[in-house]
Amino acid sequence: MGQEKYYSLKNVIFLIIIIALIFFPYVADSRTLTILMTQVFIFSILAMSYDILLGYTGIVSFGHAMFFGIGAYTTAILLSMYDNTMMIFLISIIVGMIFTGFVSFLVGLLTLRLKSHFFAMLTLAISGLFLVVAEKWRTVTKGNDGFTFRAPDLFRDRVFFYFFVLVCLVVAFLVLRRFVTSPLGKVLIAVRENEQRTRSLGFRTLHYKVIASIVAGVVASLSGSLYAISLRFVNTSVMSMDITLDALLMTIIGGVGTLVGPIVGSFVIEIAQHYLSGLANDYPIFERWIIFFGMLYILVVIFFPKGIVGTVYVKYLTWKSKKSRPQQPKQSVPLVKDKERLE
Amino acid sequence: MMNSLLKLDQLQTHIGQYHILQGIQFEAIEGEVSVLLGRNGAGKTTTLKTIIGLTPASHGKVMFEGQEITKRKTYDIANLGIGYVPEDQGIFKGLTVEENMKVAIRKETDEVCEKQAYILELFPDLKKFWKKAGGHLSGGQKQMLSMARAFVNDSKLLLIDEPSKGLAPIVVEKVMEAITEMKKKTTIILVEQNFIMASRIGDTYTLIDDGKTVHSGSMAELIGDEELKRKYLGIG
Repeated sequence: MGQEKYYSLKNVIFLIIIIALIFFPYVADSRTLTILMTQVFIFSILAMSYDILLGYTGIVSFGHAMFFGIGAYTTAILLSMYDNTMMIFLISIIVGMIFTGFVSFLVGLLTLRLKSHFFAMLTLAISGLFLVVAEKWRTVTKGNDGFTFRAPDLFRDRVFFYFFVLVCLVVAFLVLRRFVTSPLGKVLIAVRENEQRTRSLGFRTLHYKVIASIVAGVVASLSGSLYAISLRFVNTSVMSMDITLDALLMTIIGGVGTLVGPIVGSFVIEIAQHYLSGLANDYPIFERWIIFFGMLYILVVIFFPKGIVGTVYVKYLTWKSKKSRPQQPKQSVPLVKDKERLE
Repeated sequence: MMNSLLKLDQLQTHIGQYHILQGIQFEAIEGEVSVLLGRNGAGKTTTLKTIIGLTPASHGKVMFEGQEITKRKTYDIANLGIGYVPEDQGIFKGLTVEENMKVAIRKETDEVCEKQAYILELFPDLKKFWKKAGGHLSGGQKQMLSMARAFVNDSKLLLIDEPSKGLAPIVVEKVMEAITEMKKKTTIILVEQNFIMASRIGDTYTLIDDGKTVHSGSMAELIGDEELKRKYLGIG
């Protein structure tokens, strides 16, 4: 199968999935499922943004929740300060993205010079700093208690919100796909593979890493804004380490460096989280469903380091190469060793 | 008149606590292939890495086209027109052959396209696996790709580190052909253990031992000097 055929097949599959998702709220006819799928879409956007860092640039960040939290707080604060109109909501998304872009630029410039483990620790520290600010700046954030706010009236209809988030997911996916397949995206992959070598080709790698950090931050802010709307409530948990770990888990389970992987990962994690915690009523062990996630994480890292999508892709490539390999003629003459054995 | 393109003056480099280069004296003349020779661990690769700025010098000077580049960043040095083909080939495994080539090309001109067409004729394997990921290539194919990436750009100086390492003789022949072709347009500093190959391509040599320059001169002189070859290269 040629490369063009492969891409057209991929596009057809995407189209089928999108059509299925369009009909989903009408077929499922369950408010809970619609809300659950909306959460899946929101976390897919977050996980895709994390994939830009981890999968395409090789940056392990422990502070990604900071960008998600900035988006969530910006939307919540603006909607509670002004009217709960669609216009204010859209403005809040843009303001959140601009602010996040600025913060990720500064954080990137300060931290991305460091080696990966130092960078990871520093992002954790800076993210912790933002969390403390959110806790202490009570006049604006209401601290740990958080605050509720009114979402735009249009979002009272959960199906409408479902479609709004679905559109955001599709747009974010297409934009990020364009980004990673562009020449700039290829340089990011080169940085991930071998930063020294990329530098010796004349690329100022720090600049490219900062660009990746800004793109990832901005997209994470979008998912934060949508998350705040889905809950109509925000508190400091949006900046907690759990959010970053969720994004990391979704990306690794789905498959790093694939963009589709994080979407699959967030689907698996969100659905599993929902049903496992639901089982707690009958089986007390499931009250600790997080243990199963820990086990799942360990198993995936050991047995499927490429994640679900990565593993499927490798299997597909193996199948394809086997298919294209000419058939070996049946062995008619026994090997020397076989002959010796016969004698 | 022979123009000096690159000059190393009493170059010293530390890697961590180790004093690797302890005084390298070397000059690359424009249009020539200068070969760095020496035993394993003598400091040949570190010399190339110091020139390109990957292991910065602790003392001494690196002069390129009359300006000092000792303290410059790697990307800056590369943008001055110095290409580097590392020992491990430096292929980006996650990128296809095509993408590996595109990332390496500084400016896509007609001449670059012509050069690319030529190199693909020379290494037809690259054309065959054009859409294949770099990580799926064999050792020889990776070396071909590495050489091809260096060849397509208009580098003023090329640093090539052990291009024949671990390759089948037929591939070595092709790599030599590519270097011979590169030689027509650019100055080359070559690190090579295979003396037969080095002597066929090189114009001048510099012998490095224990991080110091011990001898230099024309390749023809070295070929005739059995004592020197036996002492420093273990040949003869």
